[in-house]
Amino acid sequence: MTDPNSPRDPNPAHGSEPAHDPETAAGGHGDTGGTDPKPLLDVRDLRVSFPGKGWRAPRTEVLRGVSLDIRPGETLGLVGESGSGKSTIGRAVLGLVPASGGSISFDGERVDGASRRRRRELSRHIQVVFQDPYTSLNPSLLVGDTLAEPLLAHGVPAAEARTRVADLLDRVALPRDAVHRLPREFSGGQRQRVAIARALAIAPRLIVCDEPVSALDLTTQRTVMDLLLDIQERTGTAYLFVSHDLSVVRALSHRVAVIHQGQIVEYGGADRVTTDPEHPYTQRLLLSAPVADPGRQSERRAEYERRFHARAH
Amino acid sequence: MSSPVTPDAPGRAATQPEHRPEAAGPPGPGRRSATVRRFLTSPQALGSSLVLAAVVTLVVFAPLFTAHAPTTADLEDAFGPPGGGHLLGFDSSGRDVWSRLLYGGRNTLGGALLAVAVALAVGVPSGLAAGYYGGWFDSLSNWWVNLVMALPAMVVLLATRAVLGTDVWVLMIVLGVLVAPAFYRLVRGAVAAMRGELYVDAARVFGLRDSRIIARHVLVVVRAPVIIQGALVAGMAIGLQAGLEFLGIGSGDLPTWGAMLNEAFTNIQRAPLFMLWPGLALGLTSATLVLLAASLRDVLEDRGTAPATGRGARRGGADAPTTLDSAGERADLLSVRDLAVTYTLADGSSREVVHGVDLDVRRGEVLGLVGESGSGKTQTAFSVLGLLPEGGRVSRGSVLLDGTEVVGSTDRALRNLRGDTVAYVPQEPMSNLDPAFTIGDHLTEPLRVKLGLSRAQARERALDLLRQVEIPDPERTFRSHPHQISGGMAQRVLIAGAVSCDPDLLVADEPTTALDVTVQAEVLALLRRLQAERGMGVLLVTHNLGVVADLCDRVAVMRDGRIVETGTTERILSDPREDYTRGLLDAVLDDTPARAPWQPREAAQ
Repeated sequence: MTDPNSPRDPNPAHGSEPAHDPETAAGGHGDTGGTDPKPLLDVRDLRVSFPGKGWRAPRTEVLRGVSLDIRPGETLGLVGESGSGKSTIGRAVLGLVPASGGSISFDGERVDGASRRRRRELSRHIQVVFQDPYTSLNPSLLVGDTLAEPLLAHGVPAAEARTRVADLLDRVALPRDAVHRLPREFSGGQRQRVAIARALAIAPRLIVCDEPVSALDLTTQRTVMDLLLDIQERTGTAYLFVSHDLSVVRALSHRVAVIHQGQIVEYGGADRVTTDPEHPYTQRLLLSAPVADPGRQSERRAEYERRFHARAH
Repeated sequence: MSSPVTPDAPGRAATQPEHRPEAAGPPGPGRRSATVRRFLTSPQALGSSLVLAAVVTLVVFAPLFTAHAPTTADLEDAFGPPGGGHLLGFDSSGRDVWSRLLYGGRNTLGGALLAVAVALAVGVPSGLAAGYYGGWFDSLSNWWVNLVMALPAMVVLLATRAVLGTDVWVLMIVLGVLVAPAFYRLVRGAVAAMRGELYVDAARVFGLRDSRIIARHVLVVVRAPVIIQGALVAGMAIGLQAGLEFLGIGSGDLPTWGAMLNEAFTNIQRAPLFMLWPGLALGLTSATLVLLAASLRDVLEDRGTAPATGRGARRGGADAPTTLDSAGERADLLSVRDLAVTYTLADGSSREVVHGVDLDVRRGEVLGLVGESGSGKTQTAFSVLGLLPEGGRVSRGSVLLDGTEVVGSTDRALRNLRGDTVAYVPQEPMSNLDPAFTIGDHLTEPLRVKLGLSRAQARERALDLLRQVEIPDPERTFRSHPHQISGGMAQRVLIAGAVSCDPDLLVADEPTTALDVTVQAEVLALLRRLQAERGMGVLLVTHNLGVVADLCDRVAVMRDGRIVETGTTERILSDPREDYTRGLLDAVLDDTPARAPWQPREAAQ
């Protein structure tokens, strides 16, 4: 679609980039991030399919050739509706679902189809925050145990793990005595802080955030978003931020990819994609979301009905 | 934590539950000591574990409690009375009954322990593996388990005895294998259910080995049911073993309670009291095991039941609603005054979650009830419908619905109101449709009952309703089952059902929250159209201020069970008077600037 970097090339040091042909970029929408010679995460033509229901049923293609890339310290927002395959991309990057085609490279190394051992080593660099803070924490493990888990798994001595857990709690602004408590003693926003702290524990270079603020109240959502931004400033970790909410993605992402039925339909800088989208589907997403202002909302509604409803009926 | 949560070896915990993890160190004081405390304060748990502890102590330290060997027979003492150090006298062969009871308990309880240990050793690991990995091992072990469960235990034990001899230990090992499926099924079910939990995925992402995931995440989940099942199986094993011995097919010379029963039975005419002691020992042990299992379940599986609203009734804050624009006269359609909702908690105490709410909806008006989770907005809506969940009740106030008082009304009176006076659109469309019935059934049933229409009339009306809610192919949808339609379609069907009897008031609880944003836009448009066409009043419960702006005439903002602010949508959204409302509006992301393009980190610093 569009080259997100063309207006303001972030990396002028590489002289060859501006010459990057926008036509080729438009050909496969994924090539847009190709300005950086070494993206941290590089997904090329990723395909994922699941077995169909019933014997010898055709496989259901969930992702039909998705390409995207994330540079170190960058946030890529991935927007789509339910069933679009947006979460599947994150799960494929994490190695939780197998790719049936294409490639996933992390820091120049192919990681799709990595061995279980290699996967465990990679987990030092790629972490996750899931949507539902109620089921992503084991209800019967103390928060301290939950946080220490990734540290111990990577061979950090127990005593050091304890001090690092206390430090992690500070970083996500939770009280230190939280280590002795169970997840159920915390609210949704606090649990999500625990989940974020757990993802940060081993200082990953990429965190897959799968709808991390969708289950939260409006005001809590805002504070968790601020926390994620703050952490990125301080640690330089990159985010693959998956969400159904264009406004959340807009505030958090440098670039935005819009996914629809397993394909990326629009890919570009956050401001352009979320203010002045080119693809009709993105336009529809944008106009569907009601704004909290009756006057503007009735304009938006009228615009929506003019563009999409007239056609439907 | 340096010391990971190590569940007690289930085998030991199962049969000697009195040694529960009191030893849990200081790291997790809150949870463990709470469990132990709950265990100790339950009379049933404490009583049964004390009795069991006493039995186990007597049996294990038998030499301390009797000076006589259980097998020393002296025919001169046969049927001898108690006395002279012989607490319970002598049996038919002149052996000391008390001593036989103690030493026999060793074999009886030891056998049961062995059976449970074998069952655990076979059932738990295979259940873990089958549940966690699935695949061929799962299929194979399920097949095997079904086969074992189809075998009648008693017959197999009899056959075993015929083939392998009368050794009680061998019989108990076989029994253990026979009851292993109980553990297998339990563990496999629990593990398969948690396999899809996000925290297991998370653990995999953290680079944990499968063995570690199973030990830390999976075992913790199945620990409680396994301990309970263990206690029950131990009781059963004791019973089965005694039964075998009683039939005379146990090991002849080894003293066991069952063998004592057998011997007593042959002499029942001469010395009826002989039945008493082994019978008492067996009954007591089995009963305490069952009681202990029951109380363990209560203690370990009590997850703490909270009312449906969750968060507590924090007091303080905005006590008096500042700007109630309808404090005086009451609206004609819906008028709520001083409504309080109280929940009775599991421990018998009660908690008020809605504290004196005033609300008014006039005919043809759309009122938005806005708040965050736990603010009590859904509880308020349910009170209007007279449909509070189990444990909840309206403890104060009045709800006038079209002139009828809802609070304190009979179910019958409420049923009369529902449908044609008030109707409801839920949040989760799918879970509000019964998968066993077609969409047509869902729609025609109320029409026939409420409006007394014939089958054909109801069908016509239902198809008409489906057309009204803009469902593309009404005939096909009418015949569909809920799983065959999308969430957006399901919500349209529910809206069709809600307006089918021409209600004056529609209560919609987050009607679009579960829907995609593009579907939400369409459902909102539908609601707006139906409301305008029919002049319905709508009470719209939502957390989304955009939805409020789209649909509502007036807004009531709720927080911690109180209304903090009421006003026209225009006024509330542009000029909120309460800090809380302002905070909500500030959290809206509509006008947040997009993030600036990415800069390489070096350049940014």
